[in-house]
Amino acid sequence: MKLGFYPGCSLEGASREYNESVQAVAEKLGIELVSIPDWNCCGATAAHNLDKELSLSLPARNLALAEEAGLTELVVPCAACYSRFTVTQHELLHDNAMHKKVNEIIGKEYKGTLRILNVIQFIEEYIIDKLEDNMKFEINKKVACYYGCLLVRPNKILNFDRTEDPQTMDVVMKKLGADSIDWAFKTECCGAGFSVSFTEAVGRLSGKIIEDASHRGAEALVVACPMCHSNLDMRRPAMDKYNGKKIDTPVIYITQAIGLALGIDRKKLGLNRHFVPVKLDNFKPYVKKEVVVENTQIMEEI
Amino acid sequence: MARIGVFICHCGENISATVDCPKVSEVAAKFPGVAYSVDYKYMCSDPGQSLVVNAIKEHKLTGIVVSACSPRMHEPTFRRACAEAGLNPYLCEMANIREHCSWVHEKGDRTDQKAIDVVRMMVEKVKRNNALMSIKVPVTKTALVIGGGVAGIQAALDIANAGHKVVMVEREPSIGGHMSQLSETFPTLDCSQCILTPRMVEVAQNPNITLYTYAEVESVEGFVGNFNVKIRKKAKSIDETLCNGCGMCTTKCPQKKIPNEFELGMGNRPAIYVPFPQAVPNVPVIDRLNCTYYKNGKCKICEKFCQPKAIRFDQEDEIIEVAVGAISICTGFDVKKTDFFPEYGYGKHKDIIDGLQFERMASASGPTLGAIRRPSDGAEPKKIVFVACAGSRDPAKGIEYCSKICCMYTAKHAILYKHKVHDGTAYIFYMDIRAAGKNYDEFTRRAIEEDNAQYIRGRVSSIYERDGKLIVIGTDTLMNHETVEIEADMVVLATAGVANQGAEELAQKLHVSYDQHRFFSEAHPKLKPVETNTAGIYLAGACQSPKDIPESVAAASGVAGKISCLFSSSELTREPLIAFVDRIAAPDYSSCTGCFLCQPVCPYNAIEKEDIKDRAGNLIKSLAYINPGLCQGCGTCVAICKSKSIDIDGYTNQQMYSEVDALLNS
Ligand SMILES: Cc1cc2nc3c(=O)[nH]c(=O)nc-3n(C[C@H](O)[C@H](O)[C@H](O)COP(=O)(O)OP(=O)(O)OC[C@H]3O[C@@H](n4cnc5c(N)ncnc54)[C@H](O)[C@@H]3O)c2cc1C
Ligand code: SF4
Ligand code: SF4
Repeated sequence: MKLGFYPGCSLEGASREYNESVQAVAEKLGIELVSIPDWNCCGATAAHNLDKELSLSLPARNLALAEEAGLTELVVPCAACYSRFTVTQHELLHDNAMHKKVNEIIGKEYKGTLRILNVIQFIEEYIIDKLEDNMKFEINKKVACYYGCLLVRPNKILNFDRTEDPQTMDVVMKKLGADSIDWAFKTECCGAGFSVSFTEAVGRLSGKIIEDASHRGAEALVVACPMCHSNLDMRRPAMDKYNGKKIDTPVIYITQAIGLALGIDRKKLGLNRHFVPVKLDNFKPYVKKEVVVENTQIMEEI
Repeated sequence: MARIGVFICHCGENISATVDCPKVSEVAAKFPGVAYSVDYKYMCSDPGQSLVVNAIKEHKLTGIVVSACSPRMHEPTFRRACAEAGLNPYLCEMANIREHCSWVHEKGDRTDQKAIDVVRMMVEKVKRNNALMSIKVPVTKTALVIGGGVAGIQAALDIANAGHKVVMVEREPSIGGHMSQLSETFPTLDCSQCILTPRMVEVAQNPNITLYTYAEVESVEGFVGNFNVKIRKKAKSIDETLCNGCGMCTTKCPQKKIPNEFELGMGNRPAIYVPFPQAVPNVPVIDRLNCTYYKNGKCKICEKFCQPKAIRFDQEDEIIEVAVGAISICTGFDVKKTDFFPEYGYGKHKDIIDGLQFERMASASGPTLGAIRRPSDGAEPKKIVFVACAGSRDPAKGIEYCSKICCMYTAKHAILYKHKVHDGTAYIFYMDIRAAGKNYDEFTRRAIEEDNAQYIRGRVSSIYERDGKLIVIGTDTLMNHETVEIEADMVVLATAGVANQGAEELAQKLHVSYDQHRFFSEAHPKLKPVETNTAGIYLAGACQSPKDIPESVAAASGVAGKISCLFSSSELTREPLIAFVDRIAAPDYSSCTGCFLCQPVCPYNAIEKEDIKDRAGNLIKSLAYINPGLCQGCGTCVAICKSKSIDIDGYTNQQMYSEVDALLNS
């Protein structure tokens, strides 16, 4: 099985462990991820605030390259890249003039045939059915799934999960045997926009998220976005300062959780790279549940 | 020789700003058969109408075309003018150059040309018009009132007191509607039950009113003055004539844990129940879905204890047919439930309730006997948050309109809360305080000044539960958009008022229109607020849009006035625009071959059989005959007739073709 793959800058830099865990899980389950040749920045940084054409052209070039490479589905694990790609696809398919202009700018013809998958959709379509046969452990922990802002918004374009109180990650975590809790901050802002410029704001915003999760007994937060992760993980001192107490609830990627359930080596999943140490262990060995298929006909005959 | 008059109206600037009216008049003057053509600023005004009348007389006109607005608007006006001038009113035609021309096109030659074409078509048509006589039909002086809320009650009583018969159909086991659920009412704080229940009893006792509860309209046929209505009276499993309302059955029924709809799920009721103690009629019904007997075939305890032996387990739905002359729709509204709000937890928090639930809680006859209590643990809430505009005025939620009643009832709730919980604080998040109405603004001031309601202007972005408290996150737009966080014990959402369930189906049964929010539409937003587009069918109360009690009652009395007018004479005049089968000389008598294909397609069952017999009484031929009292002029039979034997007066094939010809040959 071959799927297109767009790592983006985060997965090659600050969030290497996200990339490592996606790759490790894919490899384990026999899924080949093919990177877009000669990919470029997705424009999630400043472009979309400054220049509309640039903000559409950057993702469009990537998408056109992927189409040229004969890919039909593209996995985009970073929530920000995913947002830029889907918004670009939507805008260009709904605005002929802009579509033409962007094609000229990138010097390629973007057709719009590609299916773009975020990491949850990737898991739902290609991984979840394989879990039962491959799981070694149950993640028997209380976890809080944190979706952040970009994964489910804007709902009109993405049409993915519900904007308030989304559920898709919770479903995956429950499948892994986790107790995913009902909590209040699933989609509250973590302050990633101010990660560098105004860390105090991050301390307050992310601080509330971490505090609520730990208050409700979560042993880990589960995320699917490198920005959420680096904020919630790296800015912990600012949060602790805001909360007036030290909270050491770790933050893991959903792909790391899957990797742990599949019994993949912790280092291979990049779990050693976090600022807040991930101590989660003592997982319950997974026993496949026997599915009893009732043959009603035979039953009746008996 | 035709002598047609053409009257081009400017409609102030509505038409003349876009269409060159003098030019149209000039061109029209040259059309064959046109004897007179003129343009004028307001043709419908008194001098305008005089112009028409005088021109008809002076120029001996044989027909006129008024080129102005839609015939819906002023056709009757100009037909009256014709009659006054001694011309048959059906020799008047309207050429619509406003809605069909000036309002929808830009100024220019092509628009002028379109106006000219429209006039030319109508000139050709009117040349072929025949003088017609209007039809008289009898009026059945009985009104049907659908829905027994305060609007329906008012309409029924007013019509009955004017001396006419009324049939009232109410879906629930009791009349009363939402008002019977309210505690006290703004802006006077008088007790809702105390002012409503006497009127409910009056309905039951008025000899002119026949009340069917637990009943719905099954089908409606006919037309103004002559509707035939089938009513489905759902089986109550009780013989109403025997039941004396003792209530033994309801106390003995072992099924006690069914969520009580009247208390909005905040209390329980048995399987055999009356919705509330003051119900009218005071006769229980068995809820068959939850009754042990209907589920398992065992129980019948109620039957054992019923002294007058009124329980009927084998009772079936009954279809009752009534003939009525007019119908009033008073089916009211509904409110959105808390599960409509994802940002407030999809209704999963017990202590977030809606406004109606708060009414029940504050009501002396409610589940808490009037005490304000948290549904989760029964504790008295010391901090309560009211959220106004929950869902309303929010295009993202698909409800762009203002629900109108919630600002006022939220102020009322804050007052009632303070009267019951003296040491408590009420916060109200609002967008604007909409308190227009007699003594309304004074009422909200009272909430703020006397009862210390804390109004915060801003919206609530989310509410979540933490350690038994509800954390309400909002913003204060008057305080520099600061985030406000309130740790509340209870939250009341003033949820949007929406159309009642089943409104759409009812509208379709009655052939009346409804808007995009499924509220029934009035015929004209200003001048016909209680009429529908279908003659003889009226509407009152919150089925039209959210309304408070005074407005609902006023509209209901308006409907009663309209219906009393309709019933004031024994005959109605109807337009003679109906179908007829052609007649020719013997031996053919008609081109109709008697195939009767038309009979099953007529939606009004107006087509009958007419036998042509010789002097000796032998049958020569059977022809289709169209009953002029029933025909609505829909034209379906015209389309299906193979031998082209049917035509519609006022819209004959010849008239229609002449219009098309005029357009094609222009
Ligand atoms: C929380 C709350 C508080 C309020 N407080 C006040 C207040 O203090 N003062 C005030 O003036 N107003 C108040 N109102 C508004 C008031 O409730 C309405 O103005 C009033 O109920 C409208 O009356 P109605 O008869 O038009 O509709 P309803 O009261 O809704 O009655 C409609 C009736 O028609 C019946 N029905 C529905 N469909 C059918 C059908 N298809 N066939 C047969 N029967 C049918 C229903 O069962 C019901 O009995 C409040 C409203 C709410 C929600
Ligand atoms: S038969 Fe039904 S209504 Fe009567 S007592 Fe039993 S459960 Fe209640
Ligand atoms: S009446 Fe007040 S609370 Fe209700 S929708 Fe209108 S503005 Fe909002």
